[in-house]
Amino acid sequence: MYDTLILGAGMSGLAAGIRLAHYDQRVCILERHTTVGGLNSFYRRHGRNFDVGLHALTNYAPKGDRQGPLARLLRQLRLRYDDLELAPQTGSRIAFPEVTLRFGNGLDLLREEVRRQFPDQADRFERLVASLAGYEDLGRAGTERSAREIVGLLLTDPLLIEMLFCPVLFYGGSRERDMEFGQFSILFRSIYLEGLARPRPGVRQVLKLLVRRFKQLGGQLRLRAGVCRIVLRGGAAQGVVLDDGTEIAARCVLSSIGWRETMRLCGVPAGDLPPAGQISFVESISVLDVPPARLGMNETAVFYNDSPAFHYARPDEAIDPRSGVVCSPDNFDYPTPAEENILRVTCLANYDRWAADAMRS
Amino acid sequence: MTPDEIRETVLDILSDIAPDEDLSGLDPDRPFRDQLDMDSMDFLDIVMELRKRYRVQIPEEEYPALASMTSTVEYLTPRMKDIPKK
Ligand SMILES: Cc1cc2nc3c(=O)[nH]c(=O)nc-3n(C[C@H](O)[C@H](O)[C@H](O)COP(=O)(O)OP(=O)(O)OC[C@H]3O[C@@H](n4cnc5c(N)ncnc54)[C@H](O)[C@@H]3O)c2cc1C
Repeated sequence: MYDTLILGAGMSGLAAGIRLAHYDQRVCILERHTTVGGLNSFYRRHGRNFDVGLHALTNYAPKGDRQGPLARLLRQLRLRYDDLELAPQTGSRIAFPEVTLRFGNGLDLLREEVRRQFPDQADRFERLVASLAGYEDLGRAGTERSAREIVGLLLTDPLLIEMLFCPVLFYGGSRERDMEFGQFSILFRSIYLEGLARPRPGVRQVLKLLVRRFKQLGGQLRLRAGVCRIVLRGGAAQGVVLDDGTEIAARCVLSSIGWRETMRLCGVPAGDLPPAGQISFVESISVLDVPPARLGMNETAVFYNDSPAFHYARPDEAIDPRSGVVCSPDNFDYPTPAEENILRVTCLANYDRWAADAMRS
Repeated sequence: MTPDEIRETVLDILSDIAPDEDLSGLDPDRPFRDQLDMDSMDFLDIVMELRKRYRVQIPEEEYPALASMTSTVEYLTPRMKDIPKK
């Protein structure tokens, strides 16, 4: 009998497993896929490593910081800062027609850019920064408000609003167009006030550390172990049934697979649940024969949009190339050049169309 | 355990919990909270490690006794004097 079963070996599931194992619990993580990582995974093809998801780790803080989310995370998981092999970004850019806002780690560059490009918004921008919810406020009453509504009260230039929303939505928007203000605050902080960095070996470095720590503590990790049902007794989760029919009992079940999917596994009919989110991405990863900088791509990430209005919504077509994120793992401030020659382009996509195409082929 | 061994044990736990901290300059009379920016979760981790490693139970209302190295050693001495050091 396990103390806790965890559904999903993404970063949340692995981190939760480590925390519980520190507290001497018998924990087993169940993962349907053949490998760990979930949305932040990786694969190897033709002798090359590719990351899925992770462009950069947000919430960058230099070594020695003790208070930010990165420091707290490291401490709670008992990892060393240097184990992550973090390299900070070289600089990023939000590119709309005729206006560009550059930003780096820490607010200074973005603040200066806003002052220069949107002088009449400079004071308002400061007010926006001051009014952001703190990390500890996330999920508290009062933050359940539309970010667009609140930001729209503080800033008056629609172009600046769209530009600031662009990276925030791309990096953290699971719903179309808007997000809840608490979530917006967290992302705004993590991207603009703190910043971006990358573990030199990519996301596998983070996952390797998490898996190693979890196993050292006696935790069990089962891959190819999809959960098809959560067993309830008297309304409380008592265990799970795996895809192959095996039943596993536990005092407690933690799920990291999303609220909707979790409720479905508890037996709630799909029709009684709100529809799943509509946001999907397609990313193309190009291996170039020159460093991306030689083609003019010097930045870590460029968030582009081809018109003054930013459409963060599911496209009718397979892909919406009007906006996206162009980024390169080469463009971080590494101790020695990366020479990966990789360029990634992420755009909004229509999941149903891709799924139908995959079925046909 | 002698008070010195208890001090070593606590240092050992701290270095596991905060592997990036240099503990050699720790002032025994100043609160951990101020020197290491520890939060309530970190204190819970110390309590848990003492329980795991030495079966010492510390009730929640007595957590404030763990504020600094001096107060921690003082608090633990009668409770750990019969426990051998690992
Ligand atoms: C395109 C893209 C780019 C991103 N870029 C970044 C970035 O640059 N930086 C950043 O910080 N974040 C980024 N993110 C966000 C980040 O990937 C996610 O926030 C993070 O991976 C979420 O982790 P999680 O563990 O909560 O969930 P997930 O990663 O979704 O993990 C859930 C796990 O549960 C498993 N699972 C599902 N159902 C079952 C079941 N029934 N039984 C067993 N297992 C199951 C899944 O296979 C999966 O492994 C990006 C996301 C996307 C989609």
